[in-house]
Amino acid sequence: MTAERADLPPGTTGPGAPAVPGAAAFPAAAGLPSASGVPVPAPSASGVPAASASGVPAASGVLSASRIPSAAAEPLLEVSDLTVEFHQGRRRPPLKALDRVSLCVSPGETLGLVGESGSGKTTLALAVLGLVPVASGQIRFAGHDLARIPRRARRSLSRDLQVVFQDPYSSLNPARTVGKALSEPLEVHERVGRAEQRRRIATMLELVGLPPDAADRYPAEFSGGQRQRIAIARALMVSPKLVICDEAVSALDLSIQAQILNLLADLQRGLSVAYLFVSHDLAVVRYLASQVVVLRRGQVMESGPARTVCEQPSHPYTRALLAAVPSPDPRTSRAAPMCASPARQAAGLPRPRPEPDPTPHPPGGMQ
Amino acid sequence: MTSPQLRSAELGVADESVTSPDQAGSAASRREPVWRRFLRRPLGVAGAAWLALVVIGAALAPVIAPYDPQAQDLTSPLSGPTMSHPLGTDQLGRDVLSQLLSGARPTLVGVAAALAGWLAVGVTLGVASGYAGGLTDTVLSRVADLLLSLPVLVILLVIFSVFPNSLIAPMAILGVIASAGLIRVVRSVVLTVRRELYIRAARVAGLSHARIVLRHVLPRITSTVIVQAALFAGVALITESGLAFLGFGVVLPDPSWGGLIAEASQALSRSAWLLLPSGGMLGLTVVAFVLLGNAIRDISTESWSAPQLASRRAAPVTAAGATGTEPAAPPAADVLLAVEHLCVAFRDRQGSRLVVDDLSLVIRRGETLAVLGESGCGKTVTALALISLLPPGGRRTAGRVLLDGQDLTLLSPREMAAVRGRRIGYIAQHPMISLDPTFTVGAQIAEAVRCHQGSGRASARKRAVELLDSVNITEPADTFRRYPHQLSGGMLQRCVTALALAGDPELLIADEPTTALDVTTQAEILAMLARLQRERGMSLLLVSHDWGVVASMADRVLVMYAGQLAEEAAAADLFTGAAHPYSRGLLASNPQLAVPGERLPAIPGSVPARSWPAGCRFAPRCPEAEDECLAGPIAIRAAAPGHFARCVHVTVPEGVRP
Repeated sequence: MTAERADLPPGTTGPGAPAVPGAAAFPAAAGLPSASGVPVPAPSASGVPAASASGVPAASGVLSASRIPSAAAEPLLEVSDLTVEFHQGRRRPPLKALDRVSLCVSPGETLGLVGESGSGKTTLALAVLGLVPVASGQIRFAGHDLARIPRRARRSLSRDLQVVFQDPYSSLNPARTVGKALSEPLEVHERVGRAEQRRRIATMLELVGLPPDAADRYPAEFSGGQRQRIAIARALMVSPKLVICDEAVSALDLSIQAQILNLLADLQRGLSVAYLFVSHDLAVVRYLASQVVVLRRGQVMESGPARTVCEQPSHPYTRALLAAVPSPDPRTSRAAPMCASPARQAAGLPRPRPEPDPTPHPPGGMQ
Repeated sequence: MTSPQLRSAELGVADESVTSPDQAGSAASRREPVWRRFLRRPLGVAGAAWLALVVIGAALAPVIAPYDPQAQDLTSPLSGPTMSHPLGTDQLGRDVLSQLLSGARPTLVGVAAALAGWLAVGVTLGVASGYAGGLTDTVLSRVADLLLSLPVLVILLVIFSVFPNSLIAPMAILGVIASAGLIRVVRSVVLTVRRELYIRAARVAGLSHARIVLRHVLPRITSTVIVQAALFAGVALITESGLAFLGFGVVLPDPSWGGLIAEASQALSRSAWLLLPSGGMLGLTVVAFVLLGNAIRDISTESWSAPQLASRRAAPVTAAGATGTEPAAPPAADVLLAVEHLCVAFRDRQGSRLVVDDLSLVIRRGETLAVLGESGCGKTVTALALISLLPPGGRRTAGRVLLDGQDLTLLSPREMAAVRGRRIGYIAQHPMISLDPTFTVGAQIAEAVRCHQGSGRASARKRAVELLDSVNITEPADTFRRYPHQLSGGMLQRCVTALALAGDPELLIADEPTTALDVTTQAEILAMLARLQRERGMSLLLVSHDWGVVASMADRVLVMYAGQLAEEAAAADLFTGAAHPYSRGLLASNPQLAVPGERLPAIPGSVPARSWPAGCRFAPRCPEAEDECLAGPIAIRAAAPGHFARCVHVTVPEGVRP
C-alpha cells in the first residue's frame, strides 16, 4: 500500500522514494507502548532515506546513504588540552573555566558532554564556536585550529560548524520572520536566487516537521518546541558537518523533548551530521550519544562509550551524578518520610534514605 | 480513527503544524498593516494629525496664509479673535495666524537640523559603544560624559555670534551636544541585545559584524530611538523658541514662534490673548510629538511581543458555591485542604480563556500531593489560585478552597493575607529571583518572622538563624548576613524555604522547587523538604514536571492536561499502571526508560494554545481515541479505589467520583 505524500511524516524524502522504508523508520503508533505492544524496531541502515533526493543541499559532499561509524575515520573535531580562563580582577587569579580538556568527535556521531552548572561545558561549546577566547590548547576542525584562526577563515568554516542554543525564546530574533531567519546562513555562504532560497527553506521546514507557511510568521507565534525546530532548521540549512547542541532540549517539556530527540536522531541518520551534545541530563545523553565526556569544574572526570559511562561509571563523580538522579520508580527512589497516612503505610513503601550532607558551595560560585 | 487529525496522530514523528483556528487568527492580527494598528490609538492619531497640520501649514504658508505676515493694520492692533483675524493681531496689527504659519517653516527646519545632528551622533556612537565594548566603550562613554558636561546655552550663544542669522548650524550643534543622552540610552539597549542568543547564532552563521548590526541590532533599538526622538524634538522646539524669544537666530521682522511669544509677553498688560495662540501652538506641538512617539513605540513592539493582558481591572471574585450536584459533605478529619471544582480564567486580548477547568483535589495532613503536567496545563495557576495570588488578568470563576473546613474564597484580602505564610507557605521556582537583592537574606527572613509571629527584632533574628539552621545551611549566622547574589542556587533555595517556613505553615506549596538546580543539589533539596515535612507534620503540594522528583517525594499524584485533571492516583499505582493514555505516554517518553538505538516513544503534537475540543482534550494526540471521545465532555471515572482518570476507556463502570 503506497501511502500518499500528504501522509508521509516529515523527515522522509520527497516523491519518488518508496514509502515503505520511510515508513519503517517511523512506525505508526510508535508513540505509546501500550498501543503497539511491540518494541519499536531499530531502523536498519538500508532504510535510511537518501537525503540527496529530498532537496537538502548535497553540496558539502558529506551526505551518504548509510551511516557506518568507523573507528578508523579521521576525527571531525579534536580538542587537545584546551584551557579557557576568565579574569576576576587584579587581585585574584584568573578563573579556570576549562583546564586541559581533550575530546574528539567522529564524523556522523554524537559526543555527549555532561556536567553540572559551572562545569565548563557551555564554555567549551562557546570556545569551539569562537565566541570565547582560548588561553591555551588546540581545537582542530577540518584541518584548521579554531583557537587561533583568523576571522575570515572562521567565517568560511562556519558553514560546517553550526549551533542550536538552549533557550528557544531568545535564539530567534523576534522582529524577523522565520523565513528571514532561515535564509540568513544561505545568504552568507551560498549565493542562490530568491526562488531557490524559498525552495530550500520549504524543504527544511518539512524536514523538521513544520508547515511551509511557517516561513512567513514570526517566532512569537510558535511554541517552545516549534521554535527549537526552527533553530535546528536554521543550523542545518547549509548542511554542516558538526552541530553543537548547547542544552538544546533542556528547556522543553518532557513530551516535546522526546519529539526533538527523535528528530535529532533522524536528522543525524539522514544527513550524517555529527553532534556535540552538551547537557546536564545523563539520561538524554545516554540515549542520543555514542561517546560521553563528563566534566566537573573545568576538568574531564571520565570519558568513554555512552553505555559504559552511563551504566557502569568508574569515576566517583559520575557515580554520584547517577545516584543523585531520582529514578521514576517510587519503589526505589523514596526520599519522602513515612507518616501516619494509612494510604502510605498500606503501600508498604521502604524507609527514607538519610539526608546527604550539603556540598559546600563557594559563595558566588560559577553560574 | 476517522478525522485527519487523528490520522496524523498515528505517525511516530510529531505533527506540530499549527492548525487550530485561534492561532491562525492571532497570526492574522500580527500581520495587520502598521497603519491600521496605528489608527487604533486615538492619542497617537491626534498627535500625528496635529503635526501633519503644522507641517502642511508650514509648507503652504505663502499660499494659504490669509494675510501677508508683514502687513500691518494699525487700525486694529491687539485685537482678540475676530471674523477677519481668527487668531487676533499683534501690536502692529499683523495677523497672528499668518505669522504662525510663516514662522513655522524656519522653526521646523531648525528642529529637523537638531534631530539630524542628534541622531547621527547619538545612534552611531551609542551602537559602536554598546556593540564593540572594551576600550571603544570606555572611550566613547567618556566622550558622552564630556558632552553632558558642556554648558549648552553658552556654546550656542558663541555659535550665534559666528552664524548670527542662521538657525541651522546652532541647532545642529545643539543636537550633537544633546546626543550624549541618546548615546547612553542606545548603548544600554545594545548591550542587552548583544547578549541575546540570536546574535550569537548570527555570528556562528558567519555574518559580519556590520551585517549583524544592520540586521539585528538596529531594528531592536528603533522603538527606543523613536521615543527619545519625540522627546528631544519637543526639547529642541522649546530651546529654539527660547532662543528666538531672546532674539537669536531670527532676522527681524521675519516672524517666528519665539518672536511671537516675546511680543506677547511685552503686550501682556494690554492684551492677554496674544499669549494663547503663540504659546498654545508651541505647547500643542510639543505634546503632539510626545504622543506620536508613544504610539509608534507601542506599535513597533506589538508585532513581536506576546499579547498583553487587558488592562481592565479583573472583576471582583464572588463567592461561588460548589457547581457539582453532590451536597457539600463535611470534610474528613484528616483532610487539610480540599479544592472543589476550581475554575480559573484569564483575560487577554482575544477574550476570556479558561486555564483551569473544574479541578478538585484533596490533601491530607502530612501528605505529599504532586501535581504533574507540562507547560500550559495550569498547574502553576492552580497553586497560585489556592493562595489568591493570581497574576493580573486572572481570576477564579468558580469553586471552593477549603482549608481545614474554612472556605478561603470567602475571605477578604486582609484575612487571606493572614492565611498566606502562616497557614500556607509558598516556594517559587527560581530561587535567584525570589529574594529581594537589596536586602540580606537574614533581614528578609527576620522580617517574615516578625510579621507572622509578632516578635521583636532580636528574637526575630534568633529565630531566623534557627530557621536557616533547620534547612541545613552549614553556617547560618554567616549566611544571615549575605546578600542573595553571593549565594549559589542550592543555598538560595534553602533560604527561600526557610522564608516560607517562617510562619510555621501547615501546608507548603512548592512550585517546581528544583527545576533550576543541578541534579546533586536537587537531591539535597528534596531530602531536606522531606525531612522538614516529617519533623513538622506539614503537608506538601509539589508542582513538578519531573517524574523522578514525583516518584521520590509524592504519596499521591495528580496529572493535569490542558487545565483539567487527567488522572489521580497513589504514586505506586500510577507508575505501575497508569490509566490515562496521556500519563502512559508521558511515562514512556522519559529518556531514563529509553533504549538507545530504538526510537523514543513520543506523544505527537502539542497542547493547543487556546481552543480546546468539546470532547476529550487529549483526543487529537491520543492513539486510542475514538468517536466517543469527541462526542462531549468526559467525566472522571474510577479505575480502582483511589485511582481516577478522565478517560472513556477506564473500565470500571462506576460513575463520577465521590
